[in-house]
Amino acid sequence: MDSNIISKVTDSEYKYGFVSDIEHDTIGKGLNEDVIRLISSKKEEPEWLLEFRLKAYRHWLTLKMPTWAHLDIPEIDYQDIIYYSAPKQNVKPENGEIDPELKKTFDKLGIPLDEQKALSGVAFDAVMDSVSVKTTYKDALAERGIIFCSFSEAVRNHPDLVRQYLGSVVPPTDNYFAALNSAVFSDGSFCYIPKGVRCPMELSTYFRINAAKTGQFERTLIVCDDDSYVSYLEGCTAPRRDENQLHAAIVEIVVMNNAEVKYSTVQNWYPGDKEGRGGIYNFVTKRGLCKGVNARLSWSQVETGSAITWKYPGTVLLGDGSSSEFYSVAVTNNHQQADTGSKMIHIGRNTSSRIVSKGISAGQSQNSYRGLVKVSANADGARNYSQCDSLLLGDKCGAHTFPYVECLNNTAVLEHEATTSKIGEDQIFYCNQRGISTEDAVGLIVNGYAKEVLNTLPMEFAVEAQKLLQVSLEGSVG
Amino acid sequence: MENVSSVGIKDKLTALYRQYATQISDGMPEAMNRVRETAISQFDALGLPRKGCERYRFTEIMTAFGHAYGYSINKLSAAADSQTVFRCAVPDLDTYTIIINNGWIDLKNSTIPANVVATELADGANKYPELFAAHYNRLAAQKDDTTISLNTAFARSGLFLYIPDNVVVDKPIQIVNVLSGNNPLMVNQRNLIVAGRGSQSKIVICDHTLANSQFLLNNVTETVLQPNAQLDCYCIQNLNDRSSQIASLLIEQNADSQLIANTLTLHGGFVRNNVEVLMAGQHAEASIYGLSLPAGHQHIDNFTYVDHAVPNCTSYELYKNVLNDESVGVFSGYVLVRPDAQKTNAQQSNKNICISPSARMYTKPQLEIYADDVKCSHGATVGQLDESALFYMRQRCIGEDEAKMMLMSAFAHEVVRTIRIPILAERYAEMIENRLRGRHAACGDCFMKCEKR
Amino acid sequence: MLTIKDLRASIDGKPILKGINLHINAGEVHAIMGPNGSGKSTLSSVLTGNSRFTVDGGEVTFLGRDLLAMPPEDRARLGLFMSFQYPVEIPGVSMVNFMRAAVNEKRKFNGLPALSAAEYLKLMREKSQLVEIDSRLTSRSVNEGFSGGEKKRNEIFQMAMLEPRLSILDETDSGLDIDALRIVASGVNKLKTPETSAIVITHYQRLLDYIVPDVVHVLYNGQIVKTGGKELALELEEKGYDWIKSEFDNK
Repeated sequence: MDSNIISKVTDSEYKYGFVSDIEHDTIGKGLNEDVIRLISSKKEEPEWLLEFRLKAYRHWLTLKMPTWAHLDIPEIDYQDIIYYSAPKQNVKPENGEIDPELKKTFDKLGIPLDEQKALSGVAFDAVMDSVSVKTTYKDALAERGIIFCSFSEAVRNHPDLVRQYLGSVVPPTDNYFAALNSAVFSDGSFCYIPKGVRCPMELSTYFRINAAKTGQFERTLIVCDDDSYVSYLEGCTAPRRDENQLHAAIVEIVVMNNAEVKYSTVQNWYPGDKEGRGGIYNFVTKRGLCKGVNARLSWSQVETGSAITWKYPGTVLLGDGSSSEFYSVAVTNNHQQADTGSKMIHIGRNTSSRIVSKGISAGQSQNSYRGLVKVSANADGARNYSQCDSLLLGDKCGAHTFPYVECLNNTAVLEHEATTSKIGEDQIFYCNQRGISTEDAVGLIVNGYAKEVLNTLPMEFAVEAQKLLQVSLEGSVG
Repeated sequence: MENVSSVGIKDKLTALYRQYATQISDGMPEAMNRVRETAISQFDALGLPRKGCERYRFTEIMTAFGHAYGYSINKLSAAADSQTVFRCAVPDLDTYTIIINNGWIDLKNSTIPANVVATELADGANKYPELFAAHYNRLAAQKDDTTISLNTAFARSGLFLYIPDNVVVDKPIQIVNVLSGNNPLMVNQRNLIVAGRGSQSKIVICDHTLANSQFLLNNVTETVLQPNAQLDCYCIQNLNDRSSQIASLLIEQNADSQLIANTLTLHGGFVRNNVEVLMAGQHAEASIYGLSLPAGHQHIDNFTYVDHAVPNCTSYELYKNVLNDESVGVFSGYVLVRPDAQKTNAQQSNKNICISPSARMYTKPQLEIYADDVKCSHGATVGQLDESALFYMRQRCIGEDEAKMMLMSAFAHEVVRTIRIPILAERYAEMIENRLRGRHAACGDCFMKCEKR
Repeated sequence: MLTIKDLRASIDGKPILKGINLHINAGEVHAIMGPNGSGKSTLSSVLTGNSRFTVDGGEVTFLGRDLLAMPPEDRARLGLFMSFQYPVEIPGVSMVNFMRAAVNEKRKFNGLPALSAAEYLKLMREKSQLVEIDSRLTSRSVNEGFSGGEKKRNEIFQMAMLEPRLSILDETDSGLDIDALRIVASGVNKLKTPETSAIVITHYQRLLDYIVPDVVHVLYNGQIVKTGGKELALELEEKGYDWIKSEFDNK
């Protein structure tokens, strides 16, 4: 490719990099049992939840940060992080009011917290730093028995449900970051869809980091009871800062008999600048449990942000006949690093899963797919199809695949395919010849490459994601 | 497995080395002796590989090491004269034959081509000091596998095979590794093969046991293909099912060289194969094949590593398993494309069939790619025999068992057809059929149909 | 030769055949026609013993033997042959080995010694000439990479090799152009003797121009709803299946 174009690196603009001038209620840096007690008391939590946190913390102390990922993670000083920071609101959010300054922030992000101006058919839970600031359409949803609220509110109003399912899919002992999150999580979203209810609108959580030096540790818990359905979206952004910030979230999803959950993520945390300064460390544990028969869980994700990503959304297929899909586009540019993929654990009979992963690496980034397909001894009739493709833009980046297949049952049929290739010069030339600039051509080709995944996203988000892919790759072409 | 710890075994082996260091070095060339200390220190520091680490994720090496073995520093004078024990011949296949008994070459009973050097490792070091010094322990020292360090520390016996520049060996060279004796025995065999510039040769390596004793064969073969060399290496592994073998085939390919490596694993209770190829010169081509047919309680682990360090090389890998009974199959295929190794073409495929409900298969392809103008792919499947094909065959009068047999043989055929010695390919097909039928071939299960005299 | 009494069969609990009655004498050619989904292919699968289908009742006698009690290979060895609608590709199994196994298994079943290599090759040569199959096809893997026409011709070649008493031609005409159809049909006709019978399953009348049936049955909704001479096929061709459907559905 024309080497002049490489040097013509445009300044890829991260358009969500602004900081809002909002006063924060912040506790001091550092982590110890007192800090955890303080977080718990600020949230007026019941004793059992404090115990849950402390137990997780004590376990965390026994763990070491995982090093198996294909990532170069700088030393993280866990005592140099603020574990709780809440934007101060001069109004009472319980009454559905919202601070004008906060509202401005979310407006700027394109997240309408004003129901009248809202995107039609999407209910939002907006989380800034450590707390949920506003949940829209709560009442309309409540009419159908759907609970959609901040995690803290759920702890107050639906303690039994929370207690029943919290940690049931991702136990605090699951891994290093899950233990940390379980100890210090501050807020997040909770969603319960009762039996037989199809949620009439998309539910969405929007995560925003604003305060400096803080870590974000939210939890999402979704429970879909028998024969119900929900489509859930998650979006995230953060300001541009030169230091790294830690985001260690947990998402737990429980899908009961014949229920279906569609979980979509558009992850656009601040990726750091061209030299690799700053950016979010996104260390997330996301897992669904297809608990009931014929339960279905579908993951779709577009990952363009974060300096370092470590996440493997997965599904435990426990119920007979349950199925799960994972569709992912992960883009890394500049100095970003991603080690991401999916896990499908087949336990029930006649379970099926599908993994489609598209990695795009540019700049000096490293992009790894890591996946596990496991068929346990009793999972008769299990089926998996995995496809992971990597596209390389430029010769300084890396694309890697680490699929693990473990088959303990001889009635399983498992297929895995992977390819790695560079963007087609002839395709770019063809576009050029038709008057399309190289940058636009790359955008077109990349979107075509990712189409299979983008098609699985809800409409409004698919459009957003498409734009995002283009922006993330700006200046990457060589 | 007996109740011994990995650390215990490590300490024992280290102590064994320390106690006999003088004897181990005695009469051995300097090039071998000077690397022993580093090797044993590494072994002592790291211990045996642990199950769960990336390299040994699904394999417990203690299955091989966790038994009491005898160890012999010197060639056992008591070892039976190989000539009286067996003689090897593939019907219709005319070969040169090199016989190795418990790690030591039996030159008396070997036939060696006149234009090729084949001798004891130490002898090779003395006769070709520069060649030996240039290549001995060069590839092995870079590996972080302590079974290889262990071999380096103890190495005394093995084969030095040198095919000089531009020599075209007219017949396949058959290397017969025989383990014999009535007591449990550990053998650390070390081989060095240098295929000179423009040379062409085919070697057939046959590992087998002549007794039902428990053996552990820890075999390391360093192989260098100099520019433009062609080497075919067919390995047939057929130890008794009480025995274990770790076979490390470490290969360096220089410019324009061509390699075929083909490993057929029939018997052996525990088998770990490391086939590691370094693409060190441009336009080199490697074709790496493997077929394992584990049954009973066999554990067969094939690990491959292709390191594309330079541009314009091609590697092709195909590994297949047909798993029966309680057997376990593992495939880990690591492909590394280093920065600037542009125009690399690396294809990898792993296909597996589980015949019985309790068979287990673990597969872990792994691609690390740091160059952009490459074509890389890998695929893995785990499945069963094709039901519709089975029905089709039964509708054509073929009984169910026979139909399954034909399908399994057909599955294996994809590997068999890559063999470039037609007679050998026919033998392979027979051997595979026998193995799949649960039959043992004659004499030590070796396909060579060695006859007792 | 073949007697089917009240044969009922289902797949995954869904009934497909709902009481089939049929009698075929030696030397007869029966055509079974019917719209898509009427159960034509299920009938051939059940007769040949495909385990995907469950027999729910009825009996089938073939050459005096209880057909349904036998495994598929014994049915085949006894002389029941099916030309598959979709012949299966078997990579790695050569046609030569495949057919040798088939022929010798059948001979063993009938108490005959296996053919020598020379005898077998002679037989292959003869039969491949008879059905006009390219001898190169027989040196390849079973059906692998064959075109649609080649696959069907290969089916007839196998039929010639195995000399069945009763052949079921399951939609042999589907996907064939007119030349291939003629060659396949002529092969079938050459193999016809007073001792052999055939069931020709087809959706269209076209094939029956070449393989002239003695009896035509119309299968609809899992039952034979009409039986007639070869003129019935022409009538169906003219009127289509809607005529049968409406007549039957009104009952």
